[in-house]
Amino acid sequence: MELTYGAKPPLFKTLNWFDWLYAALMLAGGGYALARYSQFMDGYEQGILVLTAVSLVAMGWRWKPVRGLTLAVAALSLFGTTQYQGDLARADQAFFLKYLFSSQSAIMWMSALFVMATVGYWIGLFARSEFTNKVSSAITWSAVAMGLVGLMVRWYESYLLGADIGHIPISNLYEVFVLFAIITALLYLFYEERYANRQMGAFALTVISASVAFLLWYAFDRQAHGIQPLVPALQSYWMKLHVPANFVGYGAFSLAAMVGVAYLLAEKGILASRLPSLEVLDDVMYKAIAIGFAFFTIATILGAVWAAEAWGSYWSWDPKETWALIVWLNYAAWLHLRLVKGLRGPMPAWWAVVGLLVTAFAFLGVNMFLSGLHSYGSL
Amino acid sequence: MQKSRTTPLKAWYELFSSMRFAISLLTVLAIASAIGTVLKQGEPYSNYMFQFGPFWFKVFEALGLYDVYHAWWFLAILVFLVLSTGLCLYRNTPMMLREIKAYREHATESSLEHFAHRAQWQVRQAPEAVVEKLSAYLGAHGYRFKAADIGGDKLLAAKRGGYRRLGYIFTHGALIIICIGGLLDGNIPLKLAQVWGAKQPETRDVPVSQVGPASRLSADSLSFRGSVSVPEGKAADVVFINAGEGYYVQELPFAIRLKKFHIEHYPTGQPKSFVSDVEIIDKASGKAEPYSIAVNHPLIYKGVAIYQASFDDGGSRLALNGWNLLSSDVQSFPFKGVVKEAALLSNGDMAYTVEFNDFRLFNIESLGEPEQGMGDSLKGAMSAVRVMSSSKKVKNVGPSVRFTVRNNQGQAVEYHNYMQPIDLDGRAYFMSGMRGSPSEPFRYLRFPADDKGEIAGFMNLRAVLFDRGAYPEIARRFAARALPAQGVDPTLRARFLESTEKVLQLFGSGGYDGLARFIEKSVPAADQDKAAQAYLKVLENAAYEAYQISRERAKLPPLQPDDNALRFVRDSLNGVSDSFFYGSPVYFQLAGYVQVQASGFQLTRSPGRNIVYLGSALLVLGVFVMFYVRERRLWLLVKPGRGEVLLAMSSNRKTLDFEREFERHKQQLTELLKD
Ligand code: HEM
Repeated sequence: MELTYGAKPPLFKTLNWFDWLYAALMLAGGGYALARYSQFMDGYEQGILVLTAVSLVAMGWRWKPVRGLTLAVAALSLFGTTQYQGDLARADQAFFLKYLFSSQSAIMWMSALFVMATVGYWIGLFARSEFTNKVSSAITWSAVAMGLVGLMVRWYESYLLGADIGHIPISNLYEVFVLFAIITALLYLFYEERYANRQMGAFALTVISASVAFLLWYAFDRQAHGIQPLVPALQSYWMKLHVPANFVGYGAFSLAAMVGVAYLLAEKGILASRLPSLEVLDDVMYKAIAIGFAFFTIATILGAVWAAEAWGSYWSWDPKETWALIVWLNYAAWLHLRLVKGLRGPMPAWWAVVGLLVTAFAFLGVNMFLSGLHSYGSL
Repeated sequence: MQKSRTTPLKAWYELFSSMRFAISLLTVLAIASAIGTVLKQGEPYSNYMFQFGPFWFKVFEALGLYDVYHAWWFLAILVFLVLSTGLCLYRNTPMMLREIKAYREHATESSLEHFAHRAQWQVRQAPEAVVEKLSAYLGAHGYRFKAADIGGDKLLAAKRGGYRRLGYIFTHGALIIICIGGLLDGNIPLKLAQVWGAKQPETRDVPVSQVGPASRLSADSLSFRGSVSVPEGKAADVVFINAGEGYYVQELPFAIRLKKFHIEHYPTGQPKSFVSDVEIIDKASGKAEPYSIAVNHPLIYKGVAIYQASFDDGGSRLALNGWNLLSSDVQSFPFKGVVKEAALLSNGDMAYTVEFNDFRLFNIESLGEPEQGMGDSLKGAMSAVRVMSSSKKVKNVGPSVRFTVRNNQGQAVEYHNYMQPIDLDGRAYFMSGMRGSPSEPFRYLRFPADDKGEIAGFMNLRAVLFDRGAYPEIARRFAARALPAQGVDPTLRARFLESTEKVLQLFGSGGYDGLARFIEKSVPAADQDKAAQAYLKVLENAAYEAYQISRERAKLPPLQPDDNALRFVRDSLNGVSDSFFYGSPVYFQLAGYVQVQASGFQLTRSPGRNIVYLGSALLVLGVFVMFYVRERRLWLLVKPGRGEVLLAMSSNRKTLDFEREFERHKQQLTELLKD
């Protein structure tokens, strides 16, 4: 009826055949994994698997590019893992593994693509070239895909090292840096589409490139990219939930800080004509901090539940925990100022930038300078 | 609005429930928390004393900086936060609940005119039709509304996302719930009892049975967190709670007996699992039930959670062989010890105590390869897998024991001896580390393993090297090998014998150092290097003869003088020479053991935990509601008289989304109201 002028139809009415095919594939994949491997998983892990399949469907339906990404990552990862034929040594022999899909190669590709996209976005920003920006956007998507393939294949590789060694690759600093780059990029891409605006890419990708630089230094200089078995404290299904939730938080806060930088520049008139309006920047900054805060809240709570199980106390004022609390309090204060007191202008932007320093300390500084129970990933 | 008279109480209420105060508290709490991560918490006070000096130590102690998170001022901040949030809730909740229900259908036209977001249309359709269209429009856009007649005009007061306010209530209520849960687990009764003086921590190191009632807590304490170490085969029915410099003894409603503690390792040497097989003996029923407790798999028994926290040696029984390194004794003497206990070693006029500190069944060492260069590492980085299997070459080098030997003047040297020989540079050595104080790293002596991989070969050779009676025979054999049988000047032969014996004597009384001192004293500076080389040559040859003699004494066949034998002799000489710096005369080799491990458990009763979890769930729910439910109100006023339709919109959050939505409604309503 025309009376519904512009009203959003319910989600189910908007789905096309591809959406349904995608959903069917996700559920079939999840079901297959469940049927085949359920005897190796405990109830919680089976729950997480089902939850993953369902949330991939939900994400794909709401944000369409996720469908293509998920399918591509699934296909490439399956291809990569079959190339191994159960033999790790083939990482250096099989062509596709050596140059593309062994976890190390895929992660190197991810790194290179992210750096390319960063350069591209900056050129696009200065040259006011929408075409260059579109290309950069496509490169960013490819980087995300390669990064995810890298992690998936790495997951498989860890099982080739030994059935008891296998684990999800988010257990050391090297692996979580890859995760950080991927999640930050995805968050950025989401806002890029929602605001139909690619000019923030230069800033968002800069922080991703910085993390890639750290990743490469860490891999080459410290030889930190080896797959290590999990110490007993990390052997828990909680890791699968706690760590990704945390990195959605870190990624979103980083994105907010970079948008804050853009805001501060534009507010001073620098690049102002090339960047989106201050209102848009401000809004993205808020949205990013909001989603970061929500996920960080979840992550901290999951961390507490896990700590209760592993160390016997849900809160022991361990430095990592304490810094998580500091980050959380910091953004809680930010949200109150911004939303309840209605504060606008450069002040919240500055605060978001400083917030990144606090977040970075919680993420890295604690491991570097303070000792505690979170012993993994010391530099 | 007219402010009512401000009484002091009212002023405090205003301050505490104000946003400014809340934001300041959040910031202060963040900074206070950071302090505790910079300064290491809960160290022994002597460490702080050492670090800060007596003056600042006192100041920091008064500020509670050694246990920030339990300091009175830190708790005060938390209390204020709860108070502030509570007052804020108290102040806002009634209004918010009203808001959720209310439609604001009493808005007047003049009040609507004041809205920043407003639009107006002229319509010619019949008012009833317009109202109907608008109602359908609102419904289709997810708005709920109430219609009202205002003097002939029709007002549609609509709203969406009112439940956002519940988000506020959930979030802030959750914080209070979490803090209450946390306080419940914070052992408040004990702290109060301590303040009143009813309870006092025990500071002496005495058996549990001697701890007085003032330091004992009964089994029905509301909450506690303590730890205890249980050796295999033993049981514990109390845990210890740290309290500053002392501790409390918390009684348990059961006893926990450790049957066996297991560690499993990955092939790379990292630990894979820590598991304790225990038996819980219920004090009320006397029944015993078996359980197993592992990291990440605690046992919850009668509301007490038992966690695998650490492990230690629980008094392994050791059998050792001792040798007097600086004597000519071939025979070792047997010695027995128990880890964590001391044993007396008396050696004629000298008496030592040997304190056994630790025994380890496995020592997984990475026998590191040389560092890779950058060129290699690029290749290496491309292959995670290779790196893992090659650069971390790890090996189990077998059991080791750590013990301290203390002489009757109290001087102590700590040793770290491996039971089995360890391969280094392709040869096997018995390693013994020594250090004068716990802050130093161990310095390792190497005694070469003989052709059977035992230490006997070295010990036999050492005995001969210290046996002065054997020197003439050694010299004679060396001469027989080195000098032609005939045609040598007898005085030359005599000098040869004499100097060989001299070298052996010098070495036997001071090792290489003894030789060096002699050379420095008696050879002109210019010739010292040459002399040293000559002496070393003599020493090695003599030692080789000594080795053959030692084998004869041990009834072993003679050895071929090959490279292997030579290396063995050279390594033995190094070992003997180093023995002069060993710090005590006795070398102990581990000969047998019965391992007894101890498992460290942490036990807690935390009734607040589920409250904290409940609060956490509410918090997450509340946060999502607040972020993702947008509240907005919309009014449509239809005025039949003037053929006008008025739109006004408001939200308590002015966001971009709201602006956009308003623009959308404006456009769509323009379409809708067109004829
Ligand atoms: C640890 C302490 C606190 C935390 C973590 C916290 C967290 C939050 C969050 C996340 C929001 C949502 C912001 C939004 O998107 O609208 C919020 C809103 C709010 N907070 Fe707090 N808060 C805390 C303490 C307080 C205190 C002490 C007060 C009392 C002054 C307060 C008053 C408010 C108010 C009035 C709102 C706006 C609710 C609305 O109208 O939607 N908060 N808080």
